[in-house]
Amino acid sequence: MTATLDEQDLQQGFEDVIAADQRIEPRDWMPEAYRKTLVRQIAQHAHSEIIGMQPEGNWILRAPSLRRKAILLAKVQDEAGHGMYLYAAAETLGVDREELTEKLISGRQKYSSIFNYPTLSYADVGVIGWLVDGAAICNQVPLCRCSYGPYARAMIRICKEESFHQRQGYELLLAMVNGTDAQREMVQESTNRFWWPSLMMFGPPDADSPNTSQSMGWGIKRHTNDELRQRFVDMTVPQAEALGITLPDPDLRWNAERGHYDFSEPDWSELKAVISGSGPCNAQRLAHRRRAHEDGAWVRDAAAAYAAKHGGSR
Amino acid sequence: MSGHATQGDHDATNAYRSLADSISHDDPGWAFGTGVEDVQAEITSPVPDGVDPAELAEYCLMLGDDALICSQRLAEWVSNAPELEEEVALANIALDLLGQARVLLARAGHVEGAGRDEDALAYLRPEPGFRNVALAELPDGLDFGRAIARLLVFSAWRLALLNRLLDSRDPVVAAVAAKGVKELAYHRDYAARWTLRLGDGTAESHRRVQAALDAVWPHVGELFRTSDVERALVEAGVAVDPAELRGEVDEVLDEVLARATLTRPTAPPAGTIGGRGGREGLHTEHLGHVLAELQSLARQHPGATW
Ligand SMILES: [Fe+2]
Ligand SMILES: [Fe+2]
Repeated sequence: MTATLDEQDLQQGFEDVIAADQRIEPRDWMPEAYRKTLVRQIAQHAHSEIIGMQPEGNWILRAPSLRRKAILLAKVQDEAGHGMYLYAAAETLGVDREELTEKLISGRQKYSSIFNYPTLSYADVGVIGWLVDGAAICNQVPLCRCSYGPYARAMIRICKEESFHQRQGYELLLAMVNGTDAQREMVQESTNRFWWPSLMMFGPPDADSPNTSQSMGWGIKRHTNDELRQRFVDMTVPQAEALGITLPDPDLRWNAERGHYDFSEPDWSELKAVISGSGPCNAQRLAHRRRAHEDGAWVRDAAAAYAAKHGGSR
Repeated sequence: MSGHATQGDHDATNAYRSLADSISHDDPGWAFGTGVEDVQAEITSPVPDGVDPAELAEYCLMLGDDALICSQRLAEWVSNAPELEEEVALANIALDLLGQARVLLARAGHVEGAGRDEDALAYLRPEPGFRNVALAELPDGLDFGRAIARLLVFSAWRLALLNRLLDSRDPVVAAVAAKGVKELAYHRDYAARWTLRLGDGTAESHRRVQAALDAVWPHVGELFRTSDVERALVEAGVAVDPAELRGEVDEVLDEVLARATLTRPTAPPAGTIGGRGGREGLHTEHLGHVLAELQSLARQHPGATW
């Protein structure tokens, strides 16, 4: 009886914190479903940072100038750092990095659908910075106010760097559209490939997103998928115009009445296919991550054995 | 360490605004992580009195190519490292070396006076034009033990070299050394700490890192061989005679290997071709493959700027 009353008090305290738009911290009581939702979301986010290193890493060795090589290498290194902050945030909820990595490489946890597309030209490096980091920022800026403290704080740091990535990507595209015909064509071709997958990064339409309202109620999510998608389109159209390139949607136009751009529906069956494992690169990305993790096992074992012999950790 | 991540001063809550601002692109932070800006002003410094510009250019290529090729090998580790901390550390070391390479190649191009910039030198030279030592170009096959063994030897040697270049009469070489000694001290420390863990970790890690040392050892001798260009520039107060570094580097390596319970390999040095090696543009078969990858895109688009 007392236990139930305590539980009710705790639940009430939790709800008060959420209602007052304050932060839940690791030692605070939280409903199990809230914890689970957070673990799933933070892990998925961390995995996305790490898997996302692959498509861009694909061009580091071939970057066409030493300055571009330095910028790209630094960017991909930042993504590893983002993965580390996020796994650390997940650890405050009682799950460790190793456990989450196992779930990723066994396919039990997901990562962002966008990284299941290949990078086929150097323009993809710029377009990923512009559109993919851009979409990530739209998704993530509201998370800086997420109700769970460690996640919100990790997101503040990450958003600063993502915004940097977005600007650098855009700057590469500006250089390319002002370059040779071949470079301009590369930018247009890359944009054609990445436009729809970028719109899909916000997730399915609100009508098909059953978890959104609970996440919003908990202050984990602040805007619906469709709201964020619209915001992204509105921001991106003028940037595309400044580049002098065309977004591949014949129905994209300003709607003065709504004060927003109208745009076509992405092909949601493609998103479903990618999420369920049959995108262009799903198998490759997972196999790569699994191989790197397994190849590193002897190194991690050595570090653990050394620490056990000599005290202290790494 | 590059520490580039701290340089963006954008308020996260204003990230939306910075998105909208992104059409203006004059933010100096954009070239971060490159290390070039720090010494840009000095790249055009006059060649010191009594120094042959062609020899100085060649010496800058030696130091720059070592860094460039080793950086490229380290960059192969991106998304392949055994742990995220190692992802960050290896990329950091690759970035530091790339930064050193960029300044040194730019200096080489400037004193050469033929209008070649860092990219012309990195992307348009064929293999015999490269002046790096073989150690930098060896593949490691994504074996972490091999990567650490190479990095230990390379960083112990380069740190000793840069320490003696702090008062080089060439202001750019001296500036690279001043920045580089801090970077290399970290690289050497990182490699040494991993050598201890692998050497004194498990039986398997001990075996693997010992095999890795054995594999790189034949290429250690070249590091201490003095080329004609170096000999001339030692006289002029610009260069260091690498033969002088041997004692110090041996001491460092012996101490690390002993603490790591590893055995100093006894393999004889790899042979030369008529006494010529990397410093004279004679390389292993591996460099061609490194350059094929590094240069492919730049060469597909002659005259393009990126
Ligand atoms: Fe990121
Ligand atoms: Fe990013």
